[in-house]
Amino acid sequence: MSRMLVVSPSPHVHDKLTVPQVMEGVIIAMIPALAFAVLNFGLGAVYVTLLSVIFCVGIEYAMNRYLFNRKTTVLYDRSAIITGILLAFNVPSNLPWHIILIGAIVAIGLSKMSFGGLGNNPFNPALVARVFLLTSFPVEMTSWPVPTPTLALDGNTGATPLGILKEGARVGDTVPQMMAEMPGWMDFFWGFQGGSLGEMSAFAMLLGLAYMMLRRIISWHIPISMLLTIVVLTGAFWLYDPTQYAHPLFHILTGGVMLGAVFMATDYVTSPFTYRGMIIFGVGIGVITVFIRLFGSYPEGVSFAILVMNAFVPMINKYTKPRRYGSKTHYVKPKVVVEEKVVAS
Amino acid sequence: MNLLSIFNNTKSFEMGGVHPAENKLTADEPIQVLPPPDAAVIHVAQHIGAPATITVTEGQKVRVGDVIANHTGYVSSNIHSSVSGTVENIENLLDTSGFKKTAISIRVEGDEWLPEIDRTPDLISEIKLSSEEIIERIHASGVVGLGGAAFPSHVKLNVPKDKVIDHLLLNGVECEPYLTADHRLMLEKPEELIIGIRVLMKALNVDKAIIGIENNKRDAIQLLTELTEDEEGIGVQALEVKYPQGGEKQLIKAVLGREVPSGGLPADVGVLVQNVGTTLAVYEAVQKNKPLVDRITTLTGVDVTKPGNYLVRIGTPIRDLINASGGVPEHTGKIVSGGPMMGKALPDLLVPIAKATSGILLIPESESRRAEEYNCVRCGKCVEVCPMGLEPYLLMTLSQGHNHDKSEKENVLDCIECGSCAFTCPSNRPLLDWIRLSKNNIRKAKTAKA
Repeated sequence: MSRMLVVSPSPHVHDKLTVPQVMEGVIIAMIPALAFAVLNFGLGAVYVTLLSVIFCVGIEYAMNRYLFNRKTTVLYDRSAIITGILLAFNVPSNLPWHIILIGAIVAIGLSKMSFGGLGNNPFNPALVARVFLLTSFPVEMTSWPVPTPTLALDGNTGATPLGILKEGARVGDTVPQMMAEMPGWMDFFWGFQGGSLGEMSAFAMLLGLAYMMLRRIISWHIPISMLLTIVVLTGAFWLYDPTQYAHPLFHILTGGVMLGAVFMATDYVTSPFTYRGMIIFGVGIGVITVFIRLFGSYPEGVSFAILVMNAFVPMINKYTKPRRYGSKTHYVKPKVVVEEKVVAS
Repeated sequence: MNLLSIFNNTKSFEMGGVHPAENKLTADEPIQVLPPPDAAVIHVAQHIGAPATITVTEGQKVRVGDVIANHTGYVSSNIHSSVSGTVENIENLLDTSGFKKTAISIRVEGDEWLPEIDRTPDLISEIKLSSEEIIERIHASGVVGLGGAAFPSHVKLNVPKDKVIDHLLLNGVECEPYLTADHRLMLEKPEELIIGIRVLMKALNVDKAIIGIENNKRDAIQLLTELTEDEEGIGVQALEVKYPQGGEKQLIKAVLGREVPSGGLPADVGVLVQNVGTTLAVYEAVQKNKPLVDRITTLTGVDVTKPGNYLVRIGTPIRDLINASGGVPEHTGKIVSGGPMMGKALPDLLVPIAKATSGILLIPESESRRAEEYNCVRCGKCVEVCPMGLEPYLLMTLSQGHNHDKSEKENVLDCIECGSCAFTCPSNRPLLDWIRLSKNNIRKAKTAKA
């Protein structure tokens, strides 16, 4: 033969789903949420998202190219785009550009590239950035524009439903009183409520979840176990005293629970390997979220809950190893009759 | 009998598994007989165990069925001439492994068989030999596992005295994509297969045998179900299409729900598994006195002009087989012996068909090379698909760090090398390569100690 044959070890075929395609799938799943953000907050959402993506991709490329001397393309494995969009989803739509830049530096530079890039970061980069910004720029990070379905860049700002709840509890209002000030259930579901850019619409999140599950990018274990835990815990408190504790559905539909359950907690890199581990992880996030919301000083606790559970992932992995094949045989060995010679005494 | 209920009542193994594209291009191609080659190259090590000892000299005349190399010790196998002619030389030639190994080259002259071999197509259903005689005949006929592992069958059938076998499983799963040799065998030689099963049952003294067949071979399930209806103790089990269902341990789990303990044998849970191709070879050896000199092999590939199933003499260069199906297509980048998941890439077209060559797969240039590798994104898919409940990502990391002791503690030796982890990894990481390295290192260390 004139040509050389390729000789390599098996397997000789590969599944179609590769990292860039997984990442593109996640980006597609975020489109409904992005669309709702634009519908709610107008051009501000577009501006913040675009800036965040450009900063994140740019910083990752620059660090790969000039710090690590890696030869990569600008978009490489597409993961910086996701971090960019998720960072934008986690901030108000009127955030100034320099805060977004700081967020991108923290997300990509500090919490991702300094650990060695994609796959090596222990904490979710977008969430580290969000918490960093929240503690560094508390005013800017909590001036939530009131959703107005227009294309205006500026708008009024107001409190989020969870903020109203926390503030109201401080001054002694009962939950039903506070609920009267808020939008109705359907508004919560569709996403017409105050909050960070991409977290309002439960409907859009569910679309994204369905898409990612259909493409087999993620499994149900983390989102469902996390949401169920929140429903059960807040439901128990609500049943105990409905004047002091909000309805479980309220907790699911407001704040970052849906965004966290669908896009943040399911991040491959910072979640456990096995289904059992994923369920422990999801339940843990749910428990911490509920306790921060009900008893902490912050109105919202999803980001902290996910980051705390991120830290537990290596331990969860250690204790939720898959059951090895053959550790239980499901077989009863029949007794082998061994003929013994009777020795006359 | 309600056939629908047979197809719907499928079983499968629990842990892991993947669904590679099936690509069974040759499922409807009848088995064609490939004429003997001009020259046959017969290696003396075509089985697990010691290479056979050569008993012929250069210039000696041989007939089809003559022993040309005798088994060396018990775990070894006889090698028979698959052609008639003159032994030309004995030298080191490339085999499937990619290394040069001792082989006997025979220049083919005519096609003269040993007279005691029954070459008529008549079915012989009466089993005259005793259990010991059957195993002795299988030993003498050089029968090895034809599913790919090539473990000498007489060793497998000689069950240790302290083990009790209650089930014989027949492996008709053929879970590898592309391959259809076992499928065609079940369709075209079902009666011979069933007698072969009877022979094995007698040799093992078991009264229950189950043929496991994946649901993508419904014609075979239907045919064998009909034919075994009046056969006491022989049944057919339809299986869900899932790779690697044809793995011995996975098949046992799927059909009987039992799990072979780590480091153990199927006999530890009362089972013995034989491939359907091996069972046909057993029939021919015991009932027709025919040693293992030919086998059914699939030649396939998306660009192959006439992919097909062939009855081919052991020792035929794969070039002859490829020429019979239209030659090497343009832009062929890789030639694989076996299926795409576990097969071995061949360095050369002159490599001969061995006892364990279940298929030859021609892969186009565009799909021959591995794609760009990314960092592990810790998605957990390798853990999810591992049919042995292992953690391939961890084993790879340990292997890279030369922590082979630790990977042994993580049960790396249980790995069946099915390749599901590397197949599914979205980062295209060479998980199995590193796991193999670890296994080899541990085995080497063990033999050094012993």
